[in-house]
Parts: sequence; structure tokens; C-alpha cells
Amino acid sequence: MTTSFMHPALIMIIGALLLPLVRGPFRKPYMFLVPLITFIDVIYLSQHPGTYGVFQFMDWELTFGRVDRLSMIFGFIMSLMAIIGTIYGMHVEDEWQHIAAWFYVAGSLGAIYAADYITLFLFWEMMAFASTFLIWARKDEEALAAGYRYILVHTFGGVVLLLGFVLRYQATGDLSFDQLNVQSPEFYTWLIMAGLMLNAAVPPLHSWLPDAYSKATATGAVFMCAFTTKTAVYTLIRSCSGFDVLIYLGIIMAIYGIIYAVMENDVRKLLGWEIVSQVGYMVAGVGIGTSLAINGACAHAFAHILYKGLLFMAAGAILTTTGRQKLTELGSLYKKMPATMIFMLIGGLAVSGLPLMSGFISKSMIITAAFESHILWAGFALTLVSAGTFLAAGLRLPYLIFFGKNNCSEETWEKAQDPVWNMQLAMAIGGFLCIFLGCYTPFLYNMLPNTEVAFHPYKAYHLSETIQIMAFTAFGFFMLRKYVMPKNTISLDLDWFYRMGGRAFLWTVKNPLQWFDTALGNFYKAVGINCLMTTSAFWSWFDWNGIDGVVDGSARCIRAIGRRVSIVLQRGQIQQTIYYTMSFAAVLLVAYVWL
Amino acid sequence: MIANFIDYLRDRLQYLTWFCYVAMAFIVIWSMTVDTHHAHTWAEKMIPGFWSLFGLASCAIVIMVARWFGKSGIQTREDYYDN
Repeated sequence: MTTSFMHPALIMIIGALLLPLVRGPFRKPYMFLVPLITFIDVIYLSQHPGTYGVFQFMDWELTFGRVDRLSMIFGFIMSLMAIIGTIYGMHVEDEWQHIAAWFYVAGSLGAIYAADYITLFLFWEMMAFASTFLIWARKDEEALAAGYRYILVHTFGGVVLLLGFVLRYQATGDLSFDQLNVQSPEFYTWLIMAGLMLNAAVPPLHSWLPDAYSKATATGAVFMCAFTTKTAVYTLIRSCSGFDVLIYLGIIMAIYGIIYAVMENDVRKLLGWEIVSQVGYMVAGVGIGTSLAINGACAHAFAHILYKGLLFMAAGAILTTTGRQKLTELGSLYKKMPATMIFMLIGGLAVSGLPLMSGFISKSMIITAAFESHILWAGFALTLVSAGTFLAAGLRLPYLIFFGKNNCSEETWEKAQDPVWNMQLAMAIGGFLCIFLGCYTPFLYNMLPNTEVAFHPYKAYHLSETIQIMAFTAFGFFMLRKYVMPKNTISLDLDWFYRMGGRAFLWTVKNPLQWFDTALGNFYKAVGINCLMTTSAFWSWFDWNGIDGVVDGSARCIRAIGRRVSIVLQRGQIQQTIYYTMSFAAVLLVAYVWL
Repeated sequence: MIANFIDYLRDRLQYLTWFCYVAMAFIVIWSMTVDTHHAHTWAEKMIPGFWSLFGLASCAIVIMVARWFGKSGIQTREDYYDN
């Protein structure tokens, strides 16, 4: 069968590269069109499963397009979220943000369709680099520091993954990205899993998530909350399903995240902790590894991207209009931002798994899979977390922002209003999908990878279970609400080790090492430098007047060109330099592969 | 419009609270009539309103653990890291 294959990631990359050329009235339609074409391409591909885009690169066979049921569902939701996220950010003038977001989406789509480790790694790093710019685009000092922490942590994760698959290649000569042997794991299996796990924010490798997502731009966080962790969940499903240790890690993660979410004061950090908690369900599902559990992990990732995107969009709307994101600086906003309130409530109820909402039909699959595999403690622990989720995201968050005590300053209150039309439109699409998925289950269930299992969430017993838990969690919140009031605090986490460790390193460098260096420098200055200066002055004179005079001033010419280039390309902004380097590398790669 | 409706409810908070209590009672009574054929453990079949108790206990546990954990030194001043 010959089907023309156009990689969806390539559409996003080309779209991003051409974006600065499209200006004025064409900008907005163009921004809508590029993710839409990508989405249509993904749907087209899902009609034609198979393996495409196979290239020989030196000794290795690279496969860019593995289209099967698992990559289809993830490709579908990622490209759908790209449309929603782009609509949400359409009013943003800063084109760097859009370019970064699209490269980020391309990285995610590329990783999803990749069938070997080299291709996966390439797109994996593209995601990490592109998303860093979504943090830096906020342009304040906190965001700059958070961006550097983010990129360092992800570089570390990338190196662990690289080490893992290189060791595997050495041992087996195999680079294909498929199910690993998790029954008798080798050292490289653990390394690969750890590399993938870091992107899924599995403890102890999770601290980057709330830190980075709360510092990114409003639009940036909407993209980030969808792509990194869920692409990692996809790769874990692909390679590590049935790995027992993931059940334990997933449940620790779910509980850990929810405890921190209840303590948190920063709205977007709270939502970040919620991601940690919810991805815990998916990781536990991957660990259980039965057909139902894997279906549950996919369904939950799908639903999660939509409701978490919606929550981050609502939080971004509050941040954009009021400039605040702390619960201690908000409150009673229902009068000023009614539309945002509705969308945040829909998102909050969907994440809590209210019947007729998306979370209900996805989360219950994983919990049922745990019970059916007779891992009762896991089933009960995940049910406990679902009560905690309702507490943190369905009750505490909307209560403190929209109802409750008004902590807004006069200025915040003045500025608070529902956001511009495109942000509201994006939230409306997200909100509609959250309800649609919950009401019309075949839409999601027909896309799930394992077709041999059927699941019916709307049974009287299950409905009664969920409604009881939610009603009495609400009652518990009502009685104990004074214990969860926000305070002006931050919560220490495992990032303490590298943030404080970094400081200890800096101190060592600044004090003992610096002293030694200065002493050495002084000695050298006194003795060595005088001789050197005299010699080099002579050679410099000789070179300039003697040699260059002979070759017809070519050195002068090259120096002038070099100066022009460095004025354009090296503005002293590390972000831009990295961007140029990455773009150049991407262009080279595309040229190599397709030409 | 929505804001007015919320104001309307806020003025009648007492009635709203009573309404919620009645709804909760109804939910628990309904749960006892539901077929427990799909239950996973004996506890769900034997204890009436098992999931109500579970929900309430979960909520209390999460709140109290978070409170204790926060007070044990995890929650600290905002300028702790200086950036």
C-alpha cells in the first residue's frame, strides 16, 4: 500500500519557521490554520496505520512514523490540544512564544510517532529546549532562574535516557523503541525508565514541574501542562508496561501530589501538584499493565490533557487580567469573572471525576483495573486520592478564588474581568470537550488501544460510590475548611537539594577556589605576562603588516564580515543563541533526511 | 446573571446548608438500595454507606496530614530561596 506520509511534527516545524513572515491581518488565521492542518494530518494518518518515514542514518535505521492505535490516540489529543492552546494564545504579540510552543508540540508529536531511540531522543530534547523558552518568555528574574533549573533537570534526564539506550544498544544491538523486558530488568532498563520517568514527574524526579509551570507565561503553562508529562506517559506505556515498581511509584506520586496541592498558595503551582497527582494514576496504570489498566492510562491521559488545560487556561486568565496568582491575593471574584469561574468549575469537577464529566469515565478504569488485578491497597489508595483531588481542585481552589474571603487589593479588584474573546473561546472548547467525553463515552473508548476489553462506567453501584465519596468529601471540607486556608508560605520539596546544593557549590567556587585562582593569577601577572606581551606584540605587528599585506587584505575583510554576523546573531542573549543553534540543527536534519 | 444567582444563594445560606444535608441523607439511603454485586471487597457489601465513610475519612486524612506535614517545617517563608 502506498500512502503519502507527511509527518505532523514537520508541519508544526515549518509553520513555526514561517510564522515571523506572516504578519498583520494574516497572522491570526495562519495561527489557527497550522495546528488545524496538523490535526487533519493526524486524523488522516489514523486511517492508515503502518510504518512510514524509515531512513538509513549511518549504521542505524531511523523510523519517524510508527502509526498504530497507541500512537494514534496520543497524536490525536496532542494535536487537538495544540489547536486549543494556540487559540488561547492568539492575542499574544510576542512571536517567540508561538514559535517555541509549536516547536514544543512538534517535539511531542515526533516523540509519539518515533519507533527508535535515536529519533525519540531527538524529539525528546526538542521538547525540553522549546518548552524552556515558554518559561523564559515571562521575562522576569524568577522565570529566568526557573527556566535554567528546568533545562538543567531535563538535560540530566535526557543524559540518563541516552546512557540507558546506548548501554542497551551495546548489549543487544537493538535501537528499536518497544516494550522492554520488565520481568528481568537490566541496569539499562532502569536507566531508560528513569529518563522517561523524569519527564513524567515521578518522585523523586518531580520537583521541576510545579516550579516551572508556575513561572511560565499564561499561554506557556497551558502548553506545558499538556505535553511533557503525557508524552512521557505514552513512552512509559510503550516501553515499561507491567513494570511492578511503577505501581508503587505511581501511588506515592498520587498521594504526594495531593498533599502538596492542599498546602499550596500559588494557584498554578497547586495545579502543577495536581498534575503530579493525576499522572500518578497513569503511572500506576502502566505498572498494573493489564489491558484495562493500559486503556485506563491512555483514557486518563486524554481526559487529563483537556481538563488540566482548561484549569491552566482559567488560572492564566486570572493571572493575565489581575496579575496575581496567589490565593492570599484573590477571592470573591465571581462578581468580576463569572465566565472564568464557570470554566474553572467545569475543569475542577472534571478532574474530580464527577459523573457526566471526562474524569469519571477515565479515572475509574484505572481504579477498576487495580481492583480486578486484586491489588486492593492500590485501588483504595487511588480512591482516597480521588477524594483528595475533589478537595483540592473541585472545592478548595474555586472556593478560595471565586467565593470565600475577598483578599484582593483595590487594584486587583479593579483589573479583574473576564479575558479577551479568544481565551474564552479556547476555554469554551475545552469545557465542552470535558462534558462531551463524559456524556458520550464511545468517542473516547473507541480510540483506546486494547479493543478486546470493554468498560462501562455508568453502573448504579459505581455511580453511588462516586456520588457518596464526593458528597462526604464536600461535607468534610465544609467542616474542616479553616484548616486549609491559604497562608503566605512556600512548601519545601526535594528541589531543596539541588537549589541549596547549587549554592554550596557556588560558595566553594567563590571562596576557596577563587582565592587560589586569584593568587595564581597574581603570580602569573608578575612573572609570565611581561615576557609574553613583548613576544606577542612583535608577532602581532608582523602578522598584521607582513602577512596580511601579502594576501591582499583578506583578513581585514573576514574580520569585517565576522563583526556583522556577530552583531546579528550573537546579541549576548543566551536564549536567542540557543534558538539559532537549535533551528540551524533542525534545518540541517530536515535537509539531510528529506533531501 | 450568574453573579446575581450566587448572591441570591448566599443570602439564603441556611436553607442551602439544610438542602445539602437532605441531599446527603438521600444519597446514603439510595446507596443502601443499590445492588452491591459489583463490589470489590466484603467491607463494601457489609458496611452500609461504606463509601460515604470512606469519602469523609479520606478528606479528613488528607487535610490533617497536609496540615501536620506543613507545620513540621515544610511550609516556610516565601523568600526562602531569594529567587
